[in-house]
Amino acid sequence: MQMPQPDPAILGRKARLVARLSQVLPEAALIQDPSQTRAYECDALTAYRCAPLLVVLPASTEEVAAVLRICHEEGVPVVPRGSGTSLAGGALPTADSVVLGVARMNAVLEVDFDNRFIRVQSGRTNLSVTGAVEEEGFFYAPDPSSQLACAIAGNVAMNSGGAHCLKYGVTTNNLMGVTMVLMDGTVVEIGGAHLDAGGLDLLGVICGSEGQLGVVTEATLRILHKPEGARPVLMGFDSSEVAGACVSDIIKAGVLPVAIEFMDRPCIRACEAFAHAGYPDCEALLIVEVEGSEAEIAQQLGLIEAIARRHGPVEFREARDPEEAGRIWLGRKSAFGAMGQINDYMCLDGTIPVSALPMVLRRIGELSQDYGLEVANVFHAGDGNMHPLILFDANTPGQLEQCEALGAAILKLCVEAGGCLTGEHGVGIEKRDLMLHQYSRGDLEAQLDVKDVFDPLWLLNPAKVFPLEVTASRRLGRLAAE
Amino acid sequence: MRMRPETEEELAEAIRGAAGPLAVRGGGTRAIAVAGEELSLAGMSGISLYEPGALTLVAGAGTPLAEVEAALAAEGQRLAFEPMDHRGLMGTAGAPTLGALFAANISGPRRIQAGAARDFLLGVRFVDGAGRMVKNGGRVMKNVTGYDLVKLMAGAHGTLGVLSEVALKVLPRPETEASLRVAVPDAGAAVRLMSQALGSPFDVTGAAYDPAVGAVLLRVEGFAASVAYRLGRLEALLVGAGENVRLEGEASAAVWRGIRDVEAFHGRTGDVWRISCKPSEAPEVAARIEAEALLFDWGGGLIWALAAPGTDLRERAGRYDGHATLVRAEPETVERLGRFQPQPAPLAALAAGLRAKFDPRGILNPRLMG
Ligand SMILES: Cc1cc2nc3c(=O)[nH]c(=O)nc-3n(C[C@H](O)[C@H](O)[C@H](O)COP(=O)(O)OP(=O)(O)OC[C@H]3O[C@@H](n4cnc5c(N)ncnc54)[C@H](O)[C@@H]3O)c2cc1C
Repeated sequence: MQMPQPDPAILGRKARLVARLSQVLPEAALIQDPSQTRAYECDALTAYRCAPLLVVLPASTEEVAAVLRICHEEGVPVVPRGSGTSLAGGALPTADSVVLGVARMNAVLEVDFDNRFIRVQSGRTNLSVTGAVEEEGFFYAPDPSSQLACAIAGNVAMNSGGAHCLKYGVTTNNLMGVTMVLMDGTVVEIGGAHLDAGGLDLLGVICGSEGQLGVVTEATLRILHKPEGARPVLMGFDSSEVAGACVSDIIKAGVLPVAIEFMDRPCIRACEAFAHAGYPDCEALLIVEVEGSEAEIAQQLGLIEAIARRHGPVEFREARDPEEAGRIWLGRKSAFGAMGQINDYMCLDGTIPVSALPMVLRRIGELSQDYGLEVANVFHAGDGNMHPLILFDANTPGQLEQCEALGAAILKLCVEAGGCLTGEHGVGIEKRDLMLHQYSRGDLEAQLDVKDVFDPLWLLNPAKVFPLEVTASRRLGRLAAE
Repeated sequence: MRMRPETEEELAEAIRGAAGPLAVRGGGTRAIAVAGEELSLAGMSGISLYEPGALTLVAGAGTPLAEVEAALAAEGQRLAFEPMDHRGLMGTAGAPTLGALFAANISGPRRIQAGAARDFLLGVRFVDGAGRMVKNGGRVMKNVTGYDLVKLMAGAHGTLGVLSEVALKVLPRPETEASLRVAVPDAGAAVRLMSQALGSPFDVTGAAYDPAVGAVLLRVEGFAASVAYRLGRLEALLVGAGENVRLEGEASAAVWRGIRDVEAFHGRTGDVWRISCKPSEAPEVAARIEAEALLFDWGGGLIWALAAPGTDLRERAGRYDGHATLVRAEPETVERLGRFQPQPAPLAALAAGLRAKFDPRGILNPRLMG
């Protein structure tokens, strides 16, 4: 993975940039000391690091606009940042860039239960959005596992999902409006407290654009009333194929669980050793959660059990009380942590058609052998969003490269199976160079055209999402024009 | 002359070779009259993939909606966003097509719970105004690979590109449905009641108010026992709100078809407007526009209004959180008022920029969206 060389001319303008930015920002909001900018050198893809030229932490849309206007005039690239939990390197800086962090902008601006929305500043964390409405029984549905830390800004930029999006959808399905600042400082308001923003669906394009079209400063989010109750069941199977068939049958039967999570043997064992959740030692494990009143839950679980029994589960366990429900989820929720205990790992995020599950799992097993690295699978089975975790040792020379090669092979497999490179984590730098496996140059050109319109100088997070050679003329055109 | 390509290559040929504006047509049921040579998608028809266990379907953009709905019904599934049938309202014939449905992002009463058409569109293939063939998205449920041009195409009314193929998410058809009809004195009471129901845990999939009947309708769907339970809980929650009537199964379905297709306005003359607004603002907006007839859907978030020909309802509505679309009117009214609400300058500039990229010659449904 390569990043573009920093532009020496920009590095040379640091003092002037600092002087100009300090006119629009309070002192504490401008970080220029290398010992402090280092805190922003990476996101959760820690294999790649580079401290930025400067970090700014504005407190309002106006400050964001003022900063962007200056960076635009100075021709300096800007890397927007929420909480820095991206697994794709979306918030990785270059040495000649300004990191614009929205962490200080975390206010709740409006809560409206009658119209079922909340408006927040984008630096607010995902979980604290629910925190602001749960006393009235409401919640914000998209629930990435990182929800304690990640910001709505990053959720909107990555179109993040979560375990419960099978029923409630991902960020884009729950986003009603944004306030966003374009690279030239123009503030735009899209959508609001009504459904279906007018005109072209710009909101839909902005969500998932990985900080390349504008800096989102505020968001209007749909909130829902919590269900009366929820309960998971756990079922174990002695083959992934059978577990996959069971998932498909549940979906076909017309039960729509809120979550169907899948773990394979390596993952089950690691989680069990870590969290002692009492998981059976089997080839494949499903956690299925349904919602509703007591009677509704019982009815749905009855249907699910009947389907599961047809597939001969080695274990079928219904949570009898909240404590047991907690234990069923415990292992799944600590999967990443458990893996981190054993090894370094790389988390992939390809999505496949649910019907291709058995084939893809078999092929991943074979690839894992070919590359000599263990792979544990944990994923959202209901929507085919896989999270193969490749285990490696970063201190052994060559293993990171080997791991990346295996990762690329698995993602190509996902695409060949009719799926895609990333279901919820985003492309960032991690999958940037694989984009031509999913899309033709022409397909990508159409996407670049969109960026041309929002950010003609290609200053916002320019080295992400698309292969560098595909964007070279646009990025270098900016340099030539200087 | 009328062009009727049968493959994406032919479609691209037709667009590249076009000497002037093109009027892109699906089934022609929405009577969107734009000037230009007719480009019919009828030849690009047929379901190429349907996997009920994966809840996905892929079909040509010209596939008649009826064909898709029949295939889904055979597997006990459906299009959850409940697209309306415009024929009664517009007084048109023809068969609605899948591509046009998504191009216009047409969603019905269930939009408040299940999402809009755009939320069910997983992938597209399209040809833009320069004749480029482009793929975006795919046929899987979750996909954040690159920019989401799928959403951009949904609701672009064919002005950025002509859809050739769509991949969509479908959902199981619930076992049954039932509705509650509650008498209310006025729009204010109606919206408050609907807010209460939509803010409950009982998964209401329809909330509409018909002033002509003086009643709010609330719908729940699912397994029979669950439907009965939730309807009972809703009744208990809203007790004292007025007089309740229960509608079960087909009776409920029929009444919601009527709301979806705005049957209240069928056969009546006048212009038809569709206003998307913040639900709590709906009563005031409705009062200000002084319409001849009204129908409130989406818990008040959608107002259908019938107005005297040529009336500028946008002007009457004044300021509110939302926008108004002119759905049916004489061509000169459409010409004068514009079909869609004009946007603030920075957004209009972005839209114009996108049009310049995707339709540099300005030949796709020109001026339809501004
Ligand atoms: C342990 C762990 C578990 C995770 N689980 C999930 C999961 O279940 N589901 C899931 O989808 N993701 C998951 N993630 C990934 C990550 O948390 C999400 O991508 C999250 O949305 C990132 O939010 P952030 O605020 O940390 O963004 P950052 O990492 O700071 O930035 C992410 C991207 O957003 C852009 N961005 C940031 N702020 C703005 C802004 N104001 N305007 C425009 N662009 C901006 C950045 O430039 C970057 O491209 C997980 C990560 C970790 C570490």
